Order: sequence, then structure tokens, then C-alpha cells
Amino acid sequence: MASNIKIKAKISGDIADVKSLMLHPMETGARKDPETEELIPIHHITQLTFTNNDKTVMVANFSTAVSKNPFFGFKFRGAKAGDTLKVSWVDNLGGMDEIETVLK
Amino acid sequence: MHVGRRFFLSGSVAFAALVAFPRALWAAAWPDKAFAASAAGQAMINLLGTDQTTPTDQITLKVPEIAENGAVVPVTISTSLENVESISIVVDKNPRPMAATFEILPGTLPDISSRIKMGQTSDVMAVVKTDHGIYSTAKQVKVTIGGCGG
Repeated sequence: MASNIKIKAKISGDIADVKSLMLHPMETGARKDPETEELIPIHHITQLTFTNNDKTVMVANFSTAVSKNPFFGFKFRGAKAGDTLKVSWVDNLGGMDEIETVLK
Repeated sequence: MHVGRRFFLSGSVAFAALVAFPRALWAAAWPDKAFAASAAGQAMINLLGTDQTTPTDQITLKVPEIAENGAVVPVTISTSLENVESISIVVDKNPRPMAATFEILPGTLPDISSRIKMGQTSDVMAVVKTDHGIYSTAKQVKVTIGGCGG
């Protein structure tokens, strides 16, 4: 399955500026289906992890209060061109997605 | 290891996850108790062990003064504090105030940005845990249309 994560990383010096966008409904569990009036079950990304080569550089823990189709940006040191940056997420229903990018 | 175990038990899909992304699952537990708390103070106690923070101007919290759409409120947090271990976003008046928490690992800069939902006008607090204390700064965001309902 193709990944639905978009990731961009810019290196300046040894710092990578990483921006990522994920496709996810981020349902709070409090919202009703407008047609059936039934509550839409809670469904959200719980944990987002970035690893550069084999080093974990960020673990982001999300509640349902992160917006639909989450955006997340951060920066880390020790990045260089040719590094493989991998991002993966898991959600509360066992869903997952991941993508890799080579830093330039 | 709580999260890892829970996902493991949730079935074969999770088993595949365990094989494919062991690091994602085992890196750290998802702090379910902090996220479940319905009051900001309790959420912070569940995450950090205390609801007492030292207000500081060394944290830069960028949020809009007025959010026309509470479903998408941009938040950027950075700090000049040293030895930062985590950054959390706490929205006082959300039904579950702990919105997100980020582990700042060695080499990672304490500089994050995301977008959150807000049900109504509220203080948004940036909470920064360092190896020498817990600091915070807060700003009010006025919400004209809430982001949590249907």
C-alpha cells in the first residue's frame, strides 16, 4: 500500500528541519454522523516516530485533539545528506503508515 | 511497555506492526492516563507527576489570538531552556486537556509545531520538562467556531 504520509526535510548546517503531513480522520469519538445521528467511534493516531538512520529522533504522542490530517514539524541535529529518515505512525485501532526519505 | 503489549494483543495486524516497526511500538508508552484526564491539572500530574510549573519567558509559544476555526489551530513551541526532555500542549478548556506530548531526544531541538483542535476559547499552555524542572507559558486563544463537535 502506498504511503499517505508526506515528508519534507531541509538541512542547514547539521540541523534538519522536518515537516510532515499525515492522512488520518482523527475522530474524537464525540462527533455524530450527520445522517445516522450515531456517534463515530474514536479513531486517532497515537504515536508518531521518526528515526534517522537507526537513531530515534522524535516520538510524538497524539490525543484526539490533534487536527484531522495531522501536521507535525520538528528539528534535529546531526543530520547529513544521504541519511535515511523514516517516519511511522500507529493509531488506536491498529492502523499504521510509514514512509522513508533520503535527506538531501 | 503497556502500549506495545496492548497493540500486540489486538491481533495479527498489530503483530505485523511489531515486526515492521519495533521501534515505533517499543520506544515509549503512549501516556493513556494523561490523555484520559478531564482536567488540565490531573492530566499534568498523570504525565509529569505534578501540576506545578515555573512560568518562564524562555518558552516561545506561537498561537493565533483568534482562531476562526477551532478544528485547526496552529501551535508552535520552542524554548531556549537547556536539557529539554519533553514538550506538551495543554488546552485548559478542552474535554481532554492534554492535546499532545513530544519527547525531545538527545540531538533533537526543543522546537515543534503542529495543529490542534479547540472546542472553545481557552488558555493554551506549553509545558516544557527539563532535567532541572518543569516550566510553562500560556496564551489565550479565542475560538469563534469550536472544533470538537459535529
